[in-house]
Amino acid sequence: METLSTLLPPLLRGARVTAELALVSTGVGAVLAFASGIGKLSTFWPIRILSIVYIEIFRGTSLLVQMFWLFYALPLLGVTLGPTLAGILALGLNIGAYGAEVVRGAILAVPTGQYEAAVALNFTKRYTLWNVVLPQALVEMMPPFGNLAVQNLKDTALVSLITLSDLTFRAQTLRNLTLKSVPIYSLVLYFAMALILMAGMRLLERVIANRVGVTAARARS
Amino acid sequence: MMFGFHWNTSSNWAFAGSIIPILLRGMVVTIEATILGFLIALALGLVFALLRAVPLKIVSWPTAFVVEFLRDTPLLVQLYFLYFVLPNYGLVLPAFLTGAIALGLQYSAYTSEVYRAGLEAVPRGQWEASLALNMPMLLVYRDVVVPQAIPRIIPALGNYLVSIIKDTPILSAVTVLEMLNVATIIGDRTFRYLVPLSMVGGLFLILTLVSAWLVRVVERRLPHDGLPLR
Repeated sequence: METLSTLLPPLLRGARVTAELALVSTGVGAVLAFASGIGKLSTFWPIRILSIVYIEIFRGTSLLVQMFWLFYALPLLGVTLGPTLAGILALGLNIGAYGAEVVRGAILAVPTGQYEAAVALNFTKRYTLWNVVLPQALVEMMPPFGNLAVQNLKDTALVSLITLSDLTFRAQTLRNLTLKSVPIYSLVLYFAMALILMAGMRLLERVIANRVGVTAARARS
Repeated sequence: MMFGFHWNTSSNWAFAGSIIPILLRGMVVTIEATILGFLIALALGLVFALLRAVPLKIVSWPTAFVVEFLRDTPLLVQLYFLYFVLPNYGLVLPAFLTGAIALGLQYSAYTSEVYRAGLEAVPRGQWEASLALNMPMLLVYRDVVVPQAIPRIIPALGNYLVSIIKDTPILSAVTVLEMLNVATIIGDRTFRYLVPLSMVGGLFLILTLVSAWLVRVVERRLPHDGLPLR
């Protein structure tokens, strides 16, 4: 007789895989978001074009298609990625493209007076970007980044379709074995993880805002 | 062979050409699921938005919880729940319908926020003026508030329509023969995944670009100061 006490340990092991995937792919996504979000504003056209192509392709197609492409199609071009790497790459590339638009929008929202002041003080372009623009923009980025992080956590469920044994995969396996309503428990676990993630992102948002000394206009959609 | 169409594996280009009609059959299902899912999301989202606005906490709080739960849990797991768990309780639905309902449920959480934000964005003075004119509530909504909220709501809803298109491949997990599922079946049978999966990527890009363009066209044609409902 399977009870919650026998179902929970394997589910929690799956939840751990899900949490690790979410963290690593969010990190990959954040790096890509800054690189391509700043790249799209570059005055050097090859970088600008490269950023635009990356953003449009990964925002314009479906995440599951990207994941299947990396996992099933790429090996035929001679590059074989394991399921973990394919999953992390697909998730990171996807969320990075969405994040890029956030980064770009936040940079453009920094008041022009800040740029003019930086020019007046004879700051270099690099110094202006890193020490004047990005700190202020970062505060504005945090609320939408929080939404994207939750989105990414939810998207990790798709890795179960390329054979990774995350929470969704284990719940399905247990359901097949026990014919019980295991997806209910996995839904609750996902919800709990999302709540923890949201609390963490709020905390991070406050820490950054305190350090920069600006508060963000909050909007959730 | 699939759907009565044969593929030609003599070269990559011939293969690509021969599977176009098969992939287009899948695209029809993709579009059908998108439209049905979107309609469910529009209707259910409105119900959630209205229930959340009810001044009774016993109604508004559980609604807020349900919306939050739907929004923060994965579509794939919700889909599995509908497809595998509900039959345990006697509710058996065909895969396509289950998929469309899952899409509709997940996105109703988003659309309900859109409705709410749209209504809240109508200036307070408009409500106060209606009150001062002693207008009945029905007329306030029909003639004052909703017409002004629509131009703010439509663009956001359009963005979610595009998102739904990109989420339809998830329905392949419960055997719905949409575009991605068709492509992987072709791959399974021919051991050629590169061409069909790349083509599906391209077709999705076309679908989302065209629909995003359509949304922008509609957006531009909307009168900025309100859309009269009479």
